[in-house]
Amino acid sequence: MIDKSTQPESSLPANTEMAISIRELYKSFGDLHVLRGVDLDVPKGKNVVVLGRSGTGKSVLIKIISGLLTADRGIVKVLGTEVSRLNEKQWRELRLKIGFSFQNSALYDSMTVRENLEFPLVRNVKNLSRAEINKSVEEVLDSVGLLRTINQMPSELSGGQRKRIGIARTLIMNPEIMLYDEPTAGLDPTTCIEINELINEVKERYHTSSILITHDLTCAKMTGDKLAMLLDGKFVRQGTFDEVFASDEEQIRSFYNYNFTENKV
Amino acid sequence: MPECIGWHVIFITNSRGRQTHKREGGQSVCGAVVACHFPENQVQTIRTLTGVRMSSSANKPVISKKIDSHLLSLYEAFHFMGRFFREVVRGPFEFQELVRQCYQIGYRSLPLISLTGFITGMVFTKQSRPSLMEFGATSWLPSLVSIAIVRALAPLITSLISAGRVGSSIGAELGSMRVTEQIDAMEVSAVNPFRFLVVTRVLATTISIPILSFYCAIVGLMGSFLDVALNEETNIVAFFESAFEQITFLDIGSALVKAVAYGFTIGMVGCYKGYNAGQGTQGVGRAANTSVVLSMFLIFLEEVAIVQVTNWIR
Ligand SMILES: Nc1ncnc2c1ncn2[C@@H]1O[C@H](COP(=O)(O)OP(=O)(O)OP(=O)(O)O)[C@@H](O)[C@H]1O
Ligand SMILES: [Mg+2]
Repeated sequence: MIDKSTQPESSLPANTEMAISIRELYKSFGDLHVLRGVDLDVPKGKNVVVLGRSGTGKSVLIKIISGLLTADRGIVKVLGTEVSRLNEKQWRELRLKIGFSFQNSALYDSMTVRENLEFPLVRNVKNLSRAEINKSVEEVLDSVGLLRTINQMPSELSGGQRKRIGIARTLIMNPEIMLYDEPTAGLDPTTCIEINELINEVKERYHTSSILITHDLTCAKMTGDKLAMLLDGKFVRQGTFDEVFASDEEQIRSFYNYNFTENKV
Repeated sequence: MPECIGWHVIFITNSRGRQTHKREGGQSVCGAVVACHFPENQVQTIRTLTGVRMSSSANKPVISKKIDSHLLSLYEAFHFMGRFFREVVRGPFEFQELVRQCYQIGYRSLPLISLTGFITGMVFTKQSRPSLMEFGATSWLPSLVSIAIVRALAPLITSLISAGRVGSSIGAELGSMRVTEQIDAMEVSAVNPFRFLVVTRVLATTISIPILSFYCAIVGLMGSFLDVALNEETNIVAFFESAFEQITFLDIGSALVKAVAYGFTIGMVGCYKGYNAGQGTQGVGRAANTSVVLSMFLIFLEEVAIVQVTNWIR
């Protein structure tokens, strides 16, 4: 039961234009205070890129949004629903609208690609015929360009392919919100660009609102409508790419320099 | 006072510092919980017997740190078990996965169980013969062996072998699914991972181990028959007639109860350890390892308890 007097509920935007809206979010693990007053708005139909150093709690943030972790304090509204009050059944309904692409893909490695994609579909949509299931699976695999891997096991795929299958597995449920955890980490530049294009295509085609976590500023520039920089448990700067990197703050500069200047040959 | 204190809050003190109750791992660790918030200025330390873990060293333990954490894991284990029964009753059922698990757990154990059961029956017969011979009572061999096998050996051998073979693989499989976030992935795709992974595996072991035990008993008696046939005059009908002469309904009943209990234990321990595995590959290894050790330990405890109860009834 939340003590209402301490919650800045009034500062939430009243309209429903926000897909996700977070106020004063706190999360600690023991003595480690990971998130310390996070505020973030994700407008409908936009991609918001979250930047930040390793271990600043970016993954924790989207895990709280999807209910894998619970916040210590603060308000998280997803599609107009305040998540801290949801029961198990309401969570299930909300999660049908959220797609989560994990940092390490998290494909079910005892199942083929086809079974991976079918898995959420057959359990959440009742009375689908075999033909309808196959059609959805093939359609969504085709949209990530990996139809030929349909009968392969995840262990036989490359990292980039696994990422794309992971994204496809969430797309099959037609999510309204996509949460991408480092979609381009560990991939070669060409594959990165392919994934970035896929993310933009997903936004166009499925009309999703997304949070995208990345260290890769090219990816941020290509896909982000808005950027937010997480520093010391808070978003220090939010805005467009140029607005964020106009800052003189050292940590932000060093992020930029690594990606764009120092590495130029 | 915070308004959210449930029955599981057992200790509240005022101490210096901020609100200190923390919950690790989120919903998946432990469902029932205090998830409440206090006014900033109010200073509370709450200690509970749920998945809420105290981490600040400023917190005084209830009994001692070690005993506290043991109590906590005991509570978590029973909570896990309670959740299993709730999910079983509630349905719907992952029938296909259950069948697959029964196949994996039951059918694929057959070769190993056959070999061990057969050899055990034969060796037990060989070793008993000299003693019986002293009294000129070798004709009692079939009934002696069958009592030993049905009452004790078959359920015990089957479940110990399965604890090694099945328990470790369940622990490792679920552990690695936890570590690689596959369980989280199920959860966020609105599929209940507990129902899909835990319920099916526990039911599969609970169904398979009794069947395997029965099979082990038959194979063990065949081993015994082979040895008797080679050394004494007998035929298979006479052997089995004399073998089952002494077996009562209670023997079979208690063997069945044992096998069901052992099967449930193996599945439950493996799933619990795997489902709650710690981070990293170490977590997977530890889950597999402790699954085997703990389920074997529990199986022996149950053996003692069930034998004691059976003897009271007898
Ligand atoms: N379940 C958990 N239990 C305890 N500590 C955790 C847990 N999850 C995350 N942490 C801690 O929270 C901090 C932030 O973790 P998180 O995974 O969010 O980092 P990140 O910003 O995503 O970093 P990276 O870019 O490397 O993925 C880390 O220090 C981590 O140790
Ligand atoms: Mg991360």
